[in-house]
Amino acid sequence: MKITPLYEEHKKLKAKIDNFAGWSMPIQYSSIISEHNWTRNACSLFDTCHMGEFIVYGDSKESNLDKVLTANLEDMNVGSSRYCFMLNEDGGIIDDLVVYRLAQDKWMLVVNAGTIEKDERHLKENIYTNLENISADIAKLDLQGPSSRDVLRKFIGEGIDKLRYYHFDHFFILGKKILISRTGYTGELGYELYIDSKGAQWLWNLILNDKRVRPAGLGARDTLRLEMGYPLYGQDINEETSPIEAGLERFVEFKKEFIGRKALLKQREGGIKKRLVCLITNSRRAPRKNYKIYAEEDEIGFVTSGTFSPSLSCGIGMGYIRPDYCKIGSKITIKEGKVKIDATITNRPLYKKGSLRN
Amino acid sequence: MGKMNVPDGLLYTKEHEWIRIDNHLGTIGITDYAQDALGDVTFVELPKVGDSIRQFEAFSSVESVKAVSDVYAPMSGKIIKVNDGLMESPELINQSPYDKGWIVVIEIFDENEKKNLMTASEYRKYLEGIIE
Repeated sequence: MKITPLYEEHKKLKAKIDNFAGWSMPIQYSSIISEHNWTRNACSLFDTCHMGEFIVYGDSKESNLDKVLTANLEDMNVGSSRYCFMLNEDGGIIDDLVVYRLAQDKWMLVVNAGTIEKDERHLKENIYTNLENISADIAKLDLQGPSSRDVLRKFIGEGIDKLRYYHFDHFFILGKKILISRTGYTGELGYELYIDSKGAQWLWNLILNDKRVRPAGLGARDTLRLEMGYPLYGQDINEETSPIEAGLERFVEFKKEFIGRKALLKQREGGIKKRLVCLITNSRRAPRKNYKIYAEEDEIGFVTSGTFSPSLSCGIGMGYIRPDYCKIGSKITIKEGKVKIDATITNRPLYKKGSLRN
Repeated sequence: MGKMNVPDGLLYTKEHEWIRIDNHLGTIGITDYAQDALGDVTFVELPKVGDSIRQFEAFSSVESVKAVSDVYAPMSGKIIKVNDGLMESPELINQSPYDKGWIVVIEIFDENEKKNLMTASEYRKYLEGIIE
C-alpha cells in the first residue's frame, strides 16, 4: 500500500484510514457529514498528494499533446488550465485530467491516482518530446471553502485576490515556492496547492494552524463532488464510456484532430446507447453503485455513484440510462433487492449554493 | 482507536448488536463499535410493529454515508415498539447507541436463546480480537 508524505499527520489526527486506488488515505477525521458541512461553510484542507503529475515539453503540436488531449491547447494562455480527457481510439476515456500551461512550451498534466501508470504508458506512446512523471516529487493539497481566499491572503497577500477561476500562479509562503491554482472538486471557492513533496508536511501544518481550516478526508470529497454532479474516474467514467455518453462534450474540441475523434463523431451521428444523468431521491435513502434504474416497469439503466447528500438531506447519485429516458424532471425508481427508492432525473449541479465563482 | 463503550448487563452478538432483557421484553440496538465503524448514520429501515423476527436473521438495515449494513436479531420475538425518532434523527444511533438510539423492542419468544449470545466481558474480548 502506498502512502503520501502526510500519512503520519493523518495518524496523529486519528483519521480513519482505508485503501483508495492502492493508497492508504484518510477517509474521515471526525465525521464525513461535519467535514462536508465545514467545507461548504468555512474551509477544509484535503490531502490529494496521491494524484499524478506529468510535465510535457514543447508546444502543443510538436509534442503531439494536441492529439492526445481533447481540449483546445493552442489558445490557452500561460497561467491558465483546462479540464479535459485522454481518449482511446474508440472514444473511451483513458482518464480525465486538468492540463496547465506552465510556459509557451511546458505543460503540466494532473491526473487521477489510480491511472498514473496507465496514463504514463499512453503518453510515452504518443508524446514525441520530453515527458517527465513528477508524481513522486510533487505534493498537492486542496484548500476548499468560502473562507479559503481569506486564509491564503494571510499567507501570500492580496495577490490571491487576482487569481481567476481555472488560472494559476507561483507564490511564496515564508520563502517556499508554491504553485496555486484556482481549481477544485467541491463546487466551493477553492485552490489546489502544489509544493515539493519535502514541503508537504510543513505546508499542511502551517495551514491547519489557522482555526478557520479543518482537515477533511476522501469521504467528504466524495459527497461534495457528487452534490456538484462531477464524475469520478473508475466509477462514473472509464474506458467503456465516452465524453458524449457522460454528457461532457463541452470539454472536447471537435475542430481539431485528436485520438478518438472519429469514434466520437460516429456516436454523434449514430446516437449513443447510454447517457450519464444525475439523480435526486425523495428520501434519506441513498442510491448505491450497481442498483438498477427503472421507468415504470422498464429497466432503463444502473447507478454508478450514490450517497446521502449532507447539504440536501436526501439520497443523490449518478447513473447511465437509455438516452430516450433522459428528460430532466422525469420520475424513475431505483431498485435493489427489497430496496425501492423514488427519484427524479435532475441536472448538475444538484447543490446550487456553492461559492465557486465568488 | 478509542476505547469502545461496552455496558455491562446487556447481551451481545458477533454482528455487533445488543439486547437489554427486562422480564420477557428485549430492547435491541447496535453497539458503539458498530456505529463507529459505520460513521454518520443517514437512514434506518425500520420493521413494523407486529412483525416477527428470528434470532440472527436480518430485520432492519442501517445506512451511513458510505454503506448499507444489515441489522441481525439477537433473539427471536414479536416487535411491539419501533423507534420512530430514528426516521427524523438517524444520528441518534451515533450519539447514543445504547440509549436514545434503540431500534426496536420485542416480546421474547424463547429466553433460552440467550445462551447463543455473549456477555459484556465476552464481547469486550471479542472486540480485542478484531480491533488492531
